[in-house]
Amino acid sequence: MHETMVAESLLVTISTEAAKQNAKPVIARISCGTLNAINDEVLRFAFEAITKGTLCEGMKLEIEHKPMQGQCKNCNEIFKIDLSCLKCSKCGSEDFKLLPDAPLLLEEIEFQTEQ
Amino acid sequence: MYKVNVGKRILSANEEYALKNSQLLTEQKKLCLNMISSPGSGKTTILARTISDLKDKIKIGVIEGDIQTEIDAERIRATKAPAIQINTDGACHLSAAQVNSALENLPINDLDLIFIENVGNLVCPSAFELGETGKIAVLSVAEGDDKPAKYPSIFSKSKAMLINKIDLLGAGVQIDFDIERVKTDARKLNKGIEIFPISAKTGEGMADWCDWLRKEVKKLRA
Repeated sequence: MHETMVAESLLVTISTEAAKQNAKPVIARISCGTLNAINDEVLRFAFEAITKGTLCEGMKLEIEHKPMQGQCKNCNEIFKIDLSCLKCSKCGSEDFKLLPDAPLLLEEIEFQTEQ
Repeated sequence: MYKVNVGKRILSANEEYALKNSQLLTEQKKLCLNMISSPGSGKTTILARTISDLKDKIKIGVIEGDIQTEIDAERIRATKAPAIQINTDGACHLSAAQVNSALENLPINDLDLIFIENVGNLVCPSAFELGETGKIAVLSVAEGDDKPAKYPSIFSKSKAMLINKIDLLGAGVQIDFDIERVKTDARKLNKGIEIFPISAKTGEGMADWCDWLRKEVKKLRA
C-alpha cells in the first residue's frame, strides 16, 4: 500500500511540470526496480483516486519494471536475477554481487497539444 | 501530443528528508537503526530487552512508528529510555519527514544509538529510506523459514537480521523452521548480512547482538 505515497508524490511532480508547460498531462511513463515493490494495479488505483478533480484526472500511467541484476564474481557476466534460481545465467556460479536496484523514476510526461 | 523528459526520482521529497536526517546523524556521530518486520515479530520486546541489557553501556532512544496508539512508546518509556511515538493514521510505513520531526524531539545529544521501530510490515517500509545508518530485519520463527526468499527487498537491504523467538524451537512446539535455510537464503542476496538468532524473552543470543551494537557505536566514534 506504499503505492499511495508514490501516487501522491507523482501527482505533485506532474502538477509542477504541467504548470510549467501550461498544458494538460495525458500519459506519465514511470520506471522502477524490483525492490521498489510496485504493484501496477495498486499504483493505478491509488493514482486514479487521488487525482480526481485535479488536472491529472484521467491520466494514463505506463509502468516499466527493470529487473534486478547481479554481476558474477567468477566470470564477470552481468545477468538478470531470477529469485527462484539465484545463480549466474552464464557459468552457474552462486558467487555474485547484487547490483544497485533501479530507482523509482518519472521518466517522461506526454502533454496534450493546445487546440 | 508532445513529450517532456522529466527523469526525476518520484520519491525525491522523501529522499531530501532522508538526506537531512542522515547528515544530522553523521555530524553527531549517532548510530541509527531502522527495525523492519511483520507485526508481532517481537520488535518492541527486543528493544526493551536491548535497552535494559545495555543500560550501563550505551544510551538508547527510540522512535516508534505505529498506525495507531502510544502502546509501544509507553513500553519503551517504562525502561526509562526516551521514546517518541509517531502515529501514521493508516499509512503502512514511516516517512523520512516524520522521522525528521521525531529526531528534533529526541534528546539526541545525550544518546549513542537511536532505534526506529517501523510500522509492522515486511514490504512497504523497505521502499522508504529514512536516513538511517542501517536497516535491521526481524523475523520470528513462527513466521516460517521461507520469508527471506519471499521478501527479498528487506533482507537484501539489511545490515543485520534478528531471528527472534528461538526459545520456541526447543519448547516442544511443532514449528517447521529451518534456521540454516533462513541464513542461506538471506546470504544469497546479501553476503555481508549479520545474523543473530535470539530470544528477547529468555535472553538467549542477546549478548552477541548487544556486543555487535556496541561495536557499531564505537566504529562511528572512531
